[in-house]
Amino acid sequence: MNYELMVIFTPVLSEDEFKAAQKKFADLIKDNGGEVTHENPWGLRSLAYPIRKKTTGMYVVLEYSAPSDLNEKLKIQLNRDENVLRHMITALDKYAVTYNNRKRNGVNAESKTTED
Amino acid sequence: MAVKPKQEIKYLTAVKTEKRQKKYCRFKKMGIKYVDYKDAEFLKKFLNDQGKMLPRRITGNSLKFQRKVAQAIKKARQMALLPYVTDLLK
Repeated sequence: MNYELMVIFTPVLSEDEFKAAQKKFADLIKDNGGEVTHENPWGLRSLAYPIRKKTTGMYVVLEYSAPSDLNEKLKIQLNRDENVLRHMITALDKYAVTYNNRKRNGVNAESKTTED
Repeated sequence: MAVKPKQEIKYLTAVKTEKRQKKYCRFKKMGIKYVDYKDAEFLKKFLNDQGKMLPRRITGNSLKFQRKVAQAIKKARQMALLPYVTDLLK
């Protein structure tokens, strides 16, 4: 199965700590028999509403394919981590995978937002 | 007895003759298969100024895609990409 993990880290992390935190979860996926297909650090972004009294957050989006038992392990680690404000795992269907691929490669990337 | 000729109905104001354009599902029309929750700007098209979801009768989405849009908006709200409540969104 293909999954997508989005994590919001606290904005107090330094650049190195942010990289280390990303690496921690990417490694966790790899160690448990998953495969990271794409890593996209969005970086600092303002939140639409405050979470734990913070108005900004560091976003990371990870795309990976993994056996289904990995997600439970991943969730435990995400919940334990103090630096994680929020996380979400989304299962991707085949349309989502092609959409992400197209967006990444820039081919027809605008097809979704342009209309009329 | 003379039969009265049929009178035509007369209106005081001109009757609107132009037809309103039929609504369509933009996802079906554009061939979009997946609604991305990460694209907050796109999802804002389906919200009103208070950040509430617009009903199908206004957006014209088909049921299938209205459902997907709703799911995407709820995900985006969880991840603080879109607000739950606000004033003057957009």
